[in-house]
Amino acid sequence: NMTSISEDSDKEKMRSVSVDLNNDASLVIDIPDALCERDKVKFTVHTKTTLSSFQKPEFSVPRQHEDFIWLHDTIVETEEYAGFIIPPAPPKPDFEGPREKMHKLGEGESSMTKEEYAKMKQELEAEYLAVFKKTVQVHEVFLQRLSSHPMFRKDRNFQIFLEYDQDLSVRRKNAKEMFGGFFKNMVKSADEVLISGVKEVDEFFEQEKNFLLDYSIKIKDATAKAEKMTRSHKNVADDYNHISGALNNTAADNNTAFKKHLEKCAEVFEKLRKVEDRMASDQELKLTELLRYYTRDIQAAKDLLYRRARALADYENSNKALDKARLKGKDVAQAEENQKQCLQKFDKLSESGKKELTSFKARRVVAFRKNLIEMTELEIKHAKNSVSLLQGSIEILKSN
Amino acid sequence: MFLSRLRLPSSETQSTLTCNGQAAMSGGCGRNPPPFPDNEDQEAELDTRVLDSDEDDDDEGEDIFTGARSKPITPTSAPDEGDIFSEEGSYIRSDVHHATNGLHSDEELDLFTEATVELTLTNTTSQGRREIIGPTASACNTTHVPNSILKPSIVTKTMEELEEEESGDQFELNIAVTNPEKIGDGMNAYMSYKVSTQTTLPMFLNKTFSVRRRFSDFLGLYEKISAKHSLLGCIIPPPPQKSVVGMTKVKVGKEDSSSAEFVEKRRAALERYLQRVVAHPSLLQDPDVREFLERDELPRAVNTQALSGPGLLKMINRASDAVNKMTIKMNESDNWFESKLQEVENEEQLLRRLHAAVDSLVNHRKELCINTAVFSKIVAMLGSVEENSALSRALSQLAEVEDKMEQLHQQQAFSDFFILAELLADYVRLLGAVRCCFEQRMKVWQRLQEAQSTLQKKREAEAKLLWANKPEKLQQAKDDINEWESKVSQYERDFERVTCTVRKEVLRFEKEKARDFKQHIVKYLESLLHTQHRLVKCWEAFLPEAKAIA
Repeated sequence: NMTSISEDSDKEKMRSVSVDLNNDASLVIDIPDALCERDKVKFTVHTKTTLSSFQKPEFSVPRQHEDFIWLHDTIVETEEYAGFIIPPAPPKPDFEGPREKMHKLGEGESSMTKEEYAKMKQELEAEYLAVFKKTVQVHEVFLQRLSSHPMFRKDRNFQIFLEYDQDLSVRRKNAKEMFGGFFKNMVKSADEVLISGVKEVDEFFEQEKNFLLDYSIKIKDATAKAEKMTRSHKNVADDYNHISGALNNTAADNNTAFKKHLEKCAEVFEKLRKVEDRMASDQELKLTELLRYYTRDIQAAKDLLYRRARALADYENSNKALDKARLKGKDVAQAEENQKQCLQKFDKLSESGKKELTSFKARRVVAFRKNLIEMTELEIKHAKNSVSLLQGSIEILKSN
Repeated sequence: MFLSRLRLPSSETQSTLTCNGQAAMSGGCGRNPPPFPDNEDQEAELDTRVLDSDEDDDDEGEDIFTGARSKPITPTSAPDEGDIFSEEGSYIRSDVHHATNGLHSDEELDLFTEATVELTLTNTTSQGRREIIGPTASACNTTHVPNSILKPSIVTKTMEELEEEESGDQFELNIAVTNPEKIGDGMNAYMSYKVSTQTTLPMFLNKTFSVRRRFSDFLGLYEKISAKHSLLGCIIPPPPQKSVVGMTKVKVGKEDSSSAEFVEKRRAALERYLQRVVAHPSLLQDPDVREFLERDELPRAVNTQALSGPGLLKMINRASDAVNKMTIKMNESDNWFESKLQEVENEEQLLRRLHAAVDSLVNHRKELCINTAVFSKIVAMLGSVEENSALSRALSQLAEVEDKMEQLHQQQAFSDFFILAELLADYVRLLGAVRCCFEQRMKVWQRLQEAQSTLQKKREAEAKLLWANKPEKLQQAKDDINEWESKVSQYERDFERVTCTVRKEVLRFEKEKARDFKQHIVKYLESLLHTQHRLVKCWEAFLPEAKAIA
């Protein structure tokens, strides 16, 4: 069973977008293509560059979701980047919903009429397309965050990811053996207690910490609730579909004026369903996805705070060690060196952390603005379509 | 195994949820949107293209609603009061069908021309108490559209209906069921409803009057009507269903929105029931109906257990089973009846399914309502935490928009239910009543058959007596024959009359049904239109807030 969605994607290309991260012509990345085969999704990563560090000015490579995760993890585990907000890893592509539907379609094929089958197939394609759009976007954004960051764009592994024309899975296995995921595990247990327990001298970080802790709880909650709302909306659209079918069935048996009214009504419900569906999808793409993304991004910001808090803790420990060494009169030079390094590290993290958190704020505001505007404009457009559809139908019905 | 490929034209790639860190840091983001004009236009074009290809007309329709709309009404959960929607029917009676049952004299009927029915949907104020529509100026005109009552969704009358109103001698009969009141306490409590009539029909003592009735009174009325008219082949409108659960909640004094909703549902159902009864030309003439509307105190109806919802349905089904068991071969003019009955049965099933689909819609819309309210609250909280003041303000505004949407969804759920779902539920039961009517005819036919066969037997008996030469018994035999001959001819007349009545009733019913459905479909679409229209307004009000984020 092959499903090709390429043509439709041209028409329905409405990505959840905010600001173009690809505004630096020296390194432009996009994902023009994706292929879904059973469980695996293969993304085509396309790069255009003027940088001499790359071998060619333009090239494409196929990458799997796991390759993106590998890239993310190597960046997280790079000590140098501790003072940066690491762009959150894209979530695994989730085709479970459409896949279930595909099963049902296959099983129920014999018991459906040709029209019902065609309709379900169409719905299925629309669902696949929606999931595709989301997952492609989120993988693309990940790469573009890296390419637009002054330090990340120079990362060697990033280059390999973009350029290496062989299967990355061999490299991935090696990397795992090297790091063993140790550091990552440490970071992952981002201890909120540690963060909130830090005695903060810097007003900026104190404020940021309080804000991020509170905000992260609320945005996670908002995401979950937005998802629930969208699901209800889609259920309503589904009901319109069933009602339309039932109206047509009832009309089929009839031979009077009654029949015409029912058929017209069925037609209206069918059209309304499309609009409602699109309203729900657009709300999901612009609002829910926005909230989802920032929930992850906020976590990345918190991770930065955690790393800084650990660096501070290390520094404080090194102070204590130095005092102890001075007291004992032993290994003082070593302790002094250690203390110096801890302080350096902490200062570096603080300095770059401040920059990152400031730009993060601005980024968030701009993203919300753009998405809210786009969502609102789309909702208005869809509602206006419904209005004219309904007005037209009402007139026709009345005039009969 | 399946393969899906998504291909996105590379030239249109733009993505990301974030702003370039560098750019943001340097200038701060001003009010003007950062992104690139060409890409945006491209995207805007795409939007239109998408819609054009799917919908026939993408022109932003002119807003034909120039009248002021009242603000959406939030349903109250006042205990005894009617809830938002109530249905008011008005009847412009110009004529009445010649009653074919011969029960009443035809004298009064000649004055009336064809009766038409209109339904208007009005909202009660949030105070709940609805008055019967005040008398309009002239009796000849119109359906009332009360100005005093706020309503977000409106009525319509087709041009043709208006014309019918204007023409000829007009007699009106408007009925409303309102003001539910709980009488008594505990398990003996009951709801009492005000039944108001406004009419110019001379057969009533007054022009405007009202009485209080309880649910069992309505069931009692049904029983009386049914006993008299069903054997004649009339389609008797079925009464609303009893509900033990619903009523218990009310009796026990549970004052929440679900019992308020139950009471409103019942009130509306009772109103529709009465409106259908009086819309039937012969039923209107029935003195029991008049008594029901006019008389102050009605003797309490007993034995209405049998008429409770499931009881009634069982009765209907049992009757139809019994009939099916008889292998009745009827003569050829029955083709119409046989195929019509089949049609009715099919339609009943189809409407059942349609009703189930609409029911699902009602439930999902209610869920959407709840989820939207929950979402609105969290967005407000997010707004209050947000450090950027313009974004914070926009998020609070978004929370308000979602709150308005919740109200819209709630209103729409009411429309879904009261305009569409209840219509379908009513017709499923009405089709059951139509089936009953066919079965009555069968019974009459059967009675005729039995009488004919008895007559035959009596004739044979007479013949035997003649042969056996027993003159003393002959007279008895002749008497018997005479008796049965007259019975047979009586039953023959009955059967013809029933046949004629059923045919007429079915045709009348189908015409009513088509009109009813059309009217309700139009009203429903208008309710949807109203909701969408308000949606547009909500989002349009929000847009500048979103644009003001800096």
